[in-house]
Amino acid sequence: MAKHEVAILGVGMHPWGKWGRNFVEYGVHAAQAALKDAGIDYRQVEFLAAGETIRNGYPGYVAASSFAQALGYTGIPISSNYAACASGTQAIEAARTRILAGMCDVALVVGADTTPKGFLAPNKGERVLDPDWLRFRLLGATNPTYFGLYARRRMDLYGATEQDFARIKVKNSKHGFQNPYARYKKLFTEEEVLASKYVAEPLRLLEICATSDGGAALVLTSLDFAKKHATRFARIAGISTVTPTYPDTWIDMPKFATDSAAALPAPDRGFKDSIAHAAYEDAGLGPEDMSMAEVYDLSSALELDWYENIGLCKPGEAERLLRDGDTTLGGRIPVNPSGGLGCFGEAVPAQAIAQVCELTWQVRGQAEGRQVENAKAGITANQGLFGHGSSVIVTA
Amino acid sequence: MSKTRVPAIEGWFTLEDEPHLLGLQDPSSGAYFFPKDVAISSVPGHAGAALEEVPLSRTGRLWSYTTNHYEPPAPYVSPDPFVPYTVAAVELAKERMVVLGQLAPGVDPASLELGMEMELVLDTLFEDQDAEHVVWKWKPVAA
Repeated sequence: MAKHEVAILGVGMHPWGKWGRNFVEYGVHAAQAALKDAGIDYRQVEFLAAGETIRNGYPGYVAASSFAQALGYTGIPISSNYAACASGTQAIEAARTRILAGMCDVALVVGADTTPKGFLAPNKGERVLDPDWLRFRLLGATNPTYFGLYARRRMDLYGATEQDFARIKVKNSKHGFQNPYARYKKLFTEEEVLASKYVAEPLRLLEICATSDGGAALVLTSLDFAKKHATRFARIAGISTVTPTYPDTWIDMPKFATDSAAALPAPDRGFKDSIAHAAYEDAGLGPEDMSMAEVYDLSSALELDWYENIGLCKPGEAERLLRDGDTTLGGRIPVNPSGGLGCFGEAVPAQAIAQVCELTWQVRGQAEGRQVENAKAGITANQGLFGHGSSVIVTA
Repeated sequence: MSKTRVPAIEGWFTLEDEPHLLGLQDPSSGAYFFPKDVAISSVPGHAGAALEEVPLSRTGRLWSYTTNHYEPPAPYVSPDPFVPYTVAAVELAKERMVVLGQLAPGVDPASLELGMEMELVLDTLFEDQDAEHVVWKWKPVAA
C-alpha cells in the first residue's frame, strides 16, 4: 500500500507541435482542460506548481507566476521548478508534498514550452565556466552525441542492431499515430527509418527526438477531497526525484568525464537504475505490478536502456523484449503507448507531466486508439541533465 | 608565418609532445576530478579536502564512440564546409573514470573497437586570424 498517495482528479494537454506561440497559451490551455476534466474551478486551486522553461526569457523562469497571472491571480502560493527534462516531475513532487503535508487539498501542476528550431544549444556568450557551453565548444558534444555513445556501446555489449533501433521508432509510431496530442502522426516503416541520415552514428535522424511546443497539466488533490468530488479517479502512488550516488560512473550529459571510482567503488545500483527503484519503493509496488511504462526515448536506442533501468528485464535482455513484441501494444508490457518522444518531440518542462497524463488516460480506459488492455498501473521514467531522476507511478 | 599555437582552454592539458590532461586529486580519498572547474572534492565527506593538480593517464581503453554527421550549434567552431567528426569515450585505468575527446583526424571510425588502447594527442580545434587553437583528442595507440 502506497504511503504517499494523492489523487489525479484531472489531466489536460495542448497538442504538441511547432506552433510558435507564447508558451503561456499552451500552459493555460492545458490547465483549463485539466480543471474541466476535474470539475474544478480555478478559484478552488490552493497551490500552483510549474515546470520552468529556460527558452522563453524571464516569464519562462517564473513560469508558475506567468501561468497564475494568465489564469487570473488569486493570491495563492506558487512554485517554479527547474530540473531540465525532469522539471515536470519536480513540480508534481512540490504539489504532492504540499498536499501530503496537509497544507492544501487542491493543487494545479503545469508545464509548457515554446522551442526554437534545431539542436538544443547552450546559452550564448563566452561561458568558460559553464560545462554545458564548454562541451559544445571543445568537443562538439551535442545531446545526440551522448545518445550515440550509449547506442554504440549497446551494440558492442549486447548485440543490439541498427534494425532494433529502427524497430523502436516503428513501434512508437504505431502506438502514437492516432494520439490527438502527438506532433508526428505518421506510421513509419523500418526501411524509412534506416534510410534517414545518420545524426550521431549509429543513430539516425528519425531516431532522435525533436524539440516541440506543447503544454500539459494535472489537477492533484488529497484523497479525501477526491472522494467527495468523484467516484473514480487515478492516483499518484509513488514519485522519485533522486540524484546520483557518488561515484556516478556513467558518462552523462553534459559531462566531460565520469566521476572517478578510485576512492569509492561505484554503487551497486547505478543512477539510471535507482530512478525507478525509488519510485517503486515509494509506491510499495514493483515492475511486476506495472501494466505499461512511459519512458524517455530521446533516442530510439535509449528506450532499450530504460527497459532494464525500470526493471522490465535484466541488462542485455532488452533487445529480446523488443523483438518478441513484449513492449508493443498487445504485448506483455507495452512501453510508450502514447507514442513516446518519437511521436511527440520534447517540450522540456511539459514532457514529464504529459507522461503522467497518458498513464492517467490509460488507467481510466480513455486512451482511444492506443489503449493498453486491463491497464491498472504504470510507471514513467526520465532523467534530466545534471543528475535529475524523474519517475512517477500512476495507479487506477 | 605560422600561427601561434594556443590551447583552446587554459589549464586543462599540457602542451608537450606527449600531452596529459590536467585533473585534480583529493589525496585524502584518492579520487580524481576532471575538469578542474570546481576545486572541491565531491567524495562524500571530503568537501574540505585540499586538492592537488595532477596529470591524468595519457592512455586508456575505448569505452564507446559516435560520429556526428550534422554541424553542431555555436559555440562549436565548424570548418566550412562542415566535416563529420567522431567523439570517443576512453576509460582510464588508474583514475577509474571515462573521459571524452574527439577522435584524432585521419583515424577511420570503422577501424575502432571497444576496449582498444587509446592515447592522448593534441590537434587543432579551430583556427582564427591570430592563432591555431588546440585541444586534446584520442587516437588508437597502434595507429
